[in-house]
Amino acid sequence: MEFLIIIQVLDSTIRLAVPLLLCSLAGLFSERAGIFDIGLEGKMLAAAFFAAATAAVTGSVWLGLLFGVSASMLFSLLHGLASITFRGNQLISGVAINFLAAGITVLIGQSWFKLGGRTPSLSGNARFNELTLPFADKVSDVPIIGPIYSELLSGHTALAYLSILLVPLSWYVLYRTRFGLRLRAVGENPAAVDTAGISVIKLRYSAIIICGLLCGLAGAYLSTGLAAGFVKDMSAGRGFIALAALIFAKWRPWHILTATFLFGLLEAISNRFQNIDIFGFILPIQLMQALPYVLTVVILAGFVGKAIPPLAGGVPYTKE
Amino acid sequence: METLPKWIDMIVIPLLGVLISLLVSAVIILLIGENPIDALNLMITGALGSTYGWGYTLYYATNFIFTGLAVSVAFHARMFNIGGEGQAAIGGLGVAVVCLSFGWSHWVPALLAASVGAAVFGALWAAIPAYLQAKHGSHIVITTIMFNFIGASILNYLLVNVMRPEGSMDPATAKFPESTHLPTLHDILDLFGIAFSKAGPANVSFIIALLACIGVWLLIWHTRLGYQIRAYGYSESAAVYAGIKPFKIIMVSMLISGALAGMMATNNVMGEAERLVMNSTEGAGFIGIAVALMGRSHPLGVLLAALLFGFLYQGGAELAMWTSIPRELIVVIQALVILFTGALENMVRMPLNWLWLKARTGKN
Repeated sequence: MEFLIIIQVLDSTIRLAVPLLLCSLAGLFSERAGIFDIGLEGKMLAAAFFAAATAAVTGSVWLGLLFGVSASMLFSLLHGLASITFRGNQLISGVAINFLAAGITVLIGQSWFKLGGRTPSLSGNARFNELTLPFADKVSDVPIIGPIYSELLSGHTALAYLSILLVPLSWYVLYRTRFGLRLRAVGENPAAVDTAGISVIKLRYSAIIICGLLCGLAGAYLSTGLAAGFVKDMSAGRGFIALAALIFAKWRPWHILTATFLFGLLEAISNRFQNIDIFGFILPIQLMQALPYVLTVVILAGFVGKAIPPLAGGVPYTKE
Repeated sequence: METLPKWIDMIVIPLLGVLISLLVSAVIILLIGENPIDALNLMITGALGSTYGWGYTLYYATNFIFTGLAVSVAFHARMFNIGGEGQAAIGGLGVAVVCLSFGWSHWVPALLAASVGAAVFGALWAAIPAYLQAKHGSHIVITTIMFNFIGASILNYLLVNVMRPEGSMDPATAKFPESTHLPTLHDILDLFGIAFSKAGPANVSFIIALLACIGVWLLIWHTRLGYQIRAYGYSESAAVYAGIKPFKIIMVSMLISGALAGMMATNNVMGEAERLVMNSTEGAGFIGIAVALMGRSHPLGVLLAALLFGFLYQGGAELAMWTSIPRELIVVIQALVILFTGALENMVRMPLNWLWLKARTGKN
């Protein structure tokens, strides 16, 4: 394969991995605090719509980001209300949030823009523009390193660079701060945290708000960075791939980076090539699409190391 | 929380949940600038005002009875089967294989064989997640979600590369032979001299769905196995102490669940499309969750909830045709029903509990 094609595939890997990464980190905070979240997909979709809709109306992508993130956080709070305050089933709440987002984005979109659930196309300041890293133009002629720097690493949106920085930051918060220690403890043994005089409810709500924030960034990236506007169901299962990546990474931040880039690579390959011919054996495109899910089931089944979720995950906490 | 009598728990709470969902939906319709009363009237005339409407309402309801029963059976064993969508889609594959592989002389044997095919394929698709849960403790919710996507990819591959007839661009199987076409409600009611619209796709599988309701009722409340499933769902440790094997209960309840979801394909694939197309389930597997929650996992409740959702589905289609309210309204209502009869159930229950206690202590 030509070098340039590899660069192009890797470049689109980064673009496609960013929403997965943000969403997966979102799930990390929630699930580490003991709140299962299968509503990542819905929150991302809601954020994608409100970011694009606001950007289309105001012409400012930053206002779009603000409203997108707010919408996602609102959905998060609904999840919190159901699963923390009213001690409902977290999985059922997640299912409800996914459908609520899928329906309401089209309902409002149709009412506002009359485009069958789409928003108008975004351009200029209503989108996240690609940033050019310093000296990208000057080094582009240097062999090997030139294209890697100017094509692959340069030319992504601010959110993409931010998402990469969020990996060490999440690691630091979870493993090197008091808040992170408590957050992880509340996902393993909330009763112990409660006994120590720390509010389980407050901790879990903070985790859920962080989750909403990160899902919001993922959604805004989807509609104002990766694409130029919202279309119906544009998250297209990415929230579930992010959830798969979270499990694949066994709920650890650095591994999430690897997992989401692996899944991003699979998507980039299946976008670029229809069928892959390996020594006369044709790999169908559908296999590439199903691979993230298959890999996750394999990991869950414990064939390759055991994926053990946070101990108190999914269990509402009742104070004794 | 055990103070409420059964009738409040089984009837009042789910009804209140649905009522709240519909009220919230009405507010949403108001907010997007339409009139909810007009919308409701239009839905009622569109879905129930003619035998044409009924033909569609009952067709959708048939799908939701199967998927609702599927989720319910799993719920009784405290398993949350989100995979109804994938199981129903793979069940469709079973129907297609049965209908296309053999020369059928009459629809009755074809339907019996297709039901078995659909049930076996659906059950197989539930078997792997069930086994992984029972043997390795892999969370059934996550694995069934993953299997929905894996199933969609497999069907996509088969329809594009294997089952598509020569020369056709459409990713779908060939049309099933004439002899496997199921009689519609029009044909059945015609025998009794009752006039019913020819257009609606409701067919004989509606009757199979009703039989499935009775079957599930008998299974859960009148057999030893049903007792074991309920006992396991109520308390795993007590069930184990009583000699009930968790492995067996998880496997059996999930296999039955998958089989029921798969059997939906006799309605939509065999009864309506008469060939297997891409995305044939159209989300009916997920609506089963709302139906089971609202119907309290009881076959009678599932039947009523499925009829309500059949009405909403057909009514929603009419709304989309005559007003600017898109079909997605039904997705919102579905989400709200799942929310208020499922996740936020305690929000409905707590004030009722308080009222009930107050009324009781007031009397004494």
